[in-house]
Amino acid sequence: MNKETKNIKKLIVHQSLDLDCGRTIKNFPLAYETYGTLNKGKTNAILVFHALSGDQFVTNINPITKREGWWTTAVGSGKAIDTDKFFVICVNILGGCMGSFGPKEINPETGELFGTTFPVITIKDMVRAQIYLLEHLSIDKLLAITGGSMGGMQVLQFASSYPDKTYSAIPIACSASHSAQNIAFNELGRQAIMADPNWNKGNYFKTNLSPDKGLAVARMAAHITYLSDKGLQEKFGRKLQVKGNLKFSFDADFQIESYLRHQGSVFVDRFDANSYLYITRAMDYFDLTKQFDGNLANAFKKTKAKFCVISFSSDWLYPTRENKEIVIALNACGANVGFVEINSDKGHDSFLLDVPEFLKTLSEFLNSIYNEINNEKGI
Amino acid sequence: MKKEFKVIAQIIKNSKRVLDVGCGDGTLMEYLKLNQQNDVRGLEPQKDLVQKCIAKGLSVIEGDAEKELIQFPEKSFDYVVLSQTLQAFLAPEEVLKQLLRIGKQTIVSIPNFGYWKVRLHLLLKGTMPITKNLPNEWYNTPNLHMCTIQDFANFCNEKNIKIDKSLCLTNEKISEITSGNRFYKNIFSQLGIFLIQ
Repeated sequence: MNKETKNIKKLIVHQSLDLDCGRTIKNFPLAYETYGTLNKGKTNAILVFHALSGDQFVTNINPITKREGWWTTAVGSGKAIDTDKFFVICVNILGGCMGSFGPKEINPETGELFGTTFPVITIKDMVRAQIYLLEHLSIDKLLAITGGSMGGMQVLQFASSYPDKTYSAIPIACSASHSAQNIAFNELGRQAIMADPNWNKGNYFKTNLSPDKGLAVARMAAHITYLSDKGLQEKFGRKLQVKGNLKFSFDADFQIESYLRHQGSVFVDRFDANSYLYITRAMDYFDLTKQFDGNLANAFKKTKAKFCVISFSSDWLYPTRENKEIVIALNACGANVGFVEINSDKGHDSFLLDVPEFLKTLSEFLNSIYNEINNEKGI
Repeated sequence: MKKEFKVIAQIIKNSKRVLDVGCGDGTLMEYLKLNQQNDVRGLEPQKDLVQKCIAKGLSVIEGDAEKELIQFPEKSFDYVVLSQTLQAFLAPEEVLKQLLRIGKQTIVSIPNFGYWKVRLHLLLKGTMPITKNLPNEWYNTPNLHMCTIQDFANFCNEKNIKIDKSLCLTNEKISEITSGNRFYKNIFSQLGIFLIQ
């Protein structure tokens, strides 16, 4: 087991889990974190699913990276997902690198790190694994499940696979099947990693050299897709790093260049390159429509959960159109669904940022569910 | 809540599945949900109003009825409600077709352009009528296809749409429209409410 993640909360799942790829895993670790207090009736639990580069440390200071949690804008005391009121759970996904079963873990059969011998994971596998934690915490039914981007895909998969396990579902800025454009961007990232000679076919742990350059380029390219043209232009424009003249070199003349380089370099400090390969693959393989023979409406036939689908106007990675396909499918099967597109110039990243209209919608929807459940139960 | 909504709620009764098209801030939806245990959904094009509805715990989809109605399955609601919006669509006939397809029954209300104050305004002032129900100027009104109670009745007749109930509203007073009194009701009513299928 990895040293740096030794002291974080972990559940060892002893049951065996049949993965979509055909392999079976058991006795595997699931690292998780919780915030707030579970009430007596166990009716205030919210399961948050993290996205590609996220982890279980949703809010406060991440004890490993010493940085703020990835959703500090939305989760915490007095915030939209109010930890004074709700019990928030987040699990590091299968294939991740923050303590859960992933390519950075030791394969007990060989005594070596998995690397690329790790099984290919799907979104469905990630969701299945998290059910074990809910059982461990004795939570039968969640108040809500939510997440943006790949977190939203997990929301959709969970709502489809476990229709009775949540009162509500909030998929944010996501899609029911990964688009060609998104697969293309993920492939670009993977190729950047694999083109780094240090990657060594995934065996970089044997050489003590890691594919930092490749992973940084992958992150830089991905980061551009999380922003919007307008947002970039307003924030950076053609502003120079050092005022005055161009340097006539390939150093970072422009602020946007140095910003991207910074994003790349901080990412490699906290993320595992092989994990990046596995997780992007899981996103690409996600196609809930195909799981139901081409009819997405059938995915939600059994659900009684109340949905609130949220998209952002400037998100071109998971555009409103793709989010609306989820809404259309939910309507087609008579599910209970609300939908709003939030105006924001901040692109796909909007769900992570301080976008007041979004946070307000999130908060009000959750409060309405909280009130409905408590009225129903007469608490 | 305005009288029109009370009338619509009375028609719907309890425990029905209802779609409110152009639901605004969700006033009618909330009433139907809390007082009559109806299972209600809404469709509304204005973001801020959709957010208000979501805050009230109402399931409302942001979208334009002219594009979005197509996604709802046939006869998936007991009632579809369209309150004073028909005249604002680019293609009201198409919208009406969709409403009739989705709902087992449809409730449509229209501001009556045949109301005597409207007629008098045009007759005497010679300018486009502005009344309490039609407060906008000709250049900024959202109403593209105004009609009268008589027009709507004629339309239903031509298109073989069955009118199960027709009511009219004047100064908060509700009364029934019959084939015998329609001529007068078309002069003295501000609003027509029709239950059609």
